[in-house]
Amino acid sequence: MKELNPIFITVLQVVIVLAIAPVFIGWLNMLKCWSQGRSSAGLLQPYRDIAKLFVKDIVLAKNASWIFRFTPYLVFSVPVVASVIIPIISTNLLLSPTADIIVLIALFATARFFTALAGMDIGTAFGGMGASREMMIASLTEPAILMAIFTVSLAGKSTSLAHIAQVFASSVPIMRPSLVFAAIAFAVVILVEGGRIPVDNPSTHLELTMVHEAMILEYSGRHLALIEWGSMMRVFLFVTLGVACFVPWGIAKTGNITEIALSFFFMIIKVGIIGAGIVFVETGIAKMRLFRLTEFLGGAFLMATLGMLSFFILE
Amino acid sequence: MSLKILEQVNSFLAALVLLTAFAMLAQRRINALIHVFMWQGLFLSISTAIVGFIANKHHLYLSSVLTLSLKVIVLPYILHVLIVRLKIRKEVETIVNIPMTMLLGIGLVIFSYHLTRPIMELSTFITRSTLSVALATVMIGLLMMITRKKAITQVIGFLAMENGLFLAATSATYGMPFVVELGVALDVLIAAFIFGIFLFHINTTFDSLDVNQMARLKEDI
Repeated sequence: MKELNPIFITVLQVVIVLAIAPVFIGWLNMLKCWSQGRSSAGLLQPYRDIAKLFVKDIVLAKNASWIFRFTPYLVFSVPVVASVIIPIISTNLLLSPTADIIVLIALFATARFFTALAGMDIGTAFGGMGASREMMIASLTEPAILMAIFTVSLAGKSTSLAHIAQVFASSVPIMRPSLVFAAIAFAVVILVEGGRIPVDNPSTHLELTMVHEAMILEYSGRHLALIEWGSMMRVFLFVTLGVACFVPWGIAKTGNITEIALSFFFMIIKVGIIGAGIVFVETGIAKMRLFRLTEFLGGAFLMATLGMLSFFILE
Repeated sequence: MSLKILEQVNSFLAALVLLTAFAMLAQRRINALIHVFMWQGLFLSISTAIVGFIANKHHLYLSSVLTLSLKVIVLPYILHVLIVRLKIRKEVETIVNIPMTMLLGIGLVIFSYHLTRPIMELSTFITRSTLSVALATVMIGLLMMITRKKAITQVIGFLAMENGLFLAATSATYGMPFVVELGVALDVLIAAFIFGIFLFHINTTFDSLDVNQMARLKEDI
């Protein structure tokens, strides 16, 4: 059997994330269309959207600073860097020992910070409003993410993602209360980070409800394409992060080529199922009032904390 | 089934009991609160049956059935009849806001963990780790009684406390003697009836179930 080089696997992962993230969003949109009785635009529609945006010209405000021009590239490159760290098809990654899960969260937080700055940069009312909402949501989500991740790290005895995935993948699947609670908290986090429905609606430009869309309202052309592609990758990466932390069974541990092919296949199935779950939640509940979010995200934090406590108490 | 898996299932059920205790703290609607109480009773009764199987104590099966019939069927039914008769449709009113009570609840879990750790080290039972969950459930029930304005939510808090005590008894000593358990169960049933009558009287006297109104009972001198 042919062994693949870790460098090659790492490059492969980046390519997979770049290529599959739009398909994943297309899958979400397709399921959503079906669930609402509409005919969908197909799996590849996000590609067409991105391609269309790339050929369009950029309209830049006169008072746009370097932050506004720099942010799209940052928002695009952060998920690319993250896809080097998260074990998506194999735990045998070149750079996984250099960065752990906390660095990963900090990377995403940096991207979010710059998006908020860019939202305020032009000085329109919508950008500032979106930025302020985004920061409020971030301040409530990040404790929940970190608590969930600490619980996983405690159970996996490391903060390195590849190590955690390896430990869980080689253990027997068993319902551990701490991991179940952490997984529920993480599911909420995926909805929030992806800007999905109870928190934010990705398909609306209604001024009273938009959060992420409000921040990037001034972007156009290839800048918008990069941001859109970046946020698609962000959703996809959070889902794969959830897979790596909570259901890593089937992931390749070596560079064996058949094992990697199999692991890729499992990954597609798992991500597809999680996508269906996201759509189920989205069609099932209405968008929450902004000030109800404190309770929703407080609930996620509570879940993650209960997970951590039950790790100490019950295990 | 191996003992190890049953033990795992039991601790998972204990975690679910704790979760329902928190869900009760978070509930704003009184109907939903009673539903959560039902779930807690169900988890408790399954957990009791499993402990009975692990420890090979047959009277625990009986008390499991008792819990099931009393806390999942009879008490929620009584509470339901009460809220229909008293025409309570309003949301749960709290003294401290809900996220704050949740944080207090987390604090109570940590506190009860520290309190029961020495006991857990001494005990040799398989179920010893659920003792701190049981204590936490008792404390969260107490917290619910303190932070709610309406008498009926306080009654549910009291019943949740009793659930916690029951879990403590099964996890710390594999259950109380059956006579005692029967007595406690009857006590709770009678208490629910008395509470019902009591609530009717509060409601007819004050036109509200808000316990703050009871300050009016003082005679003016």
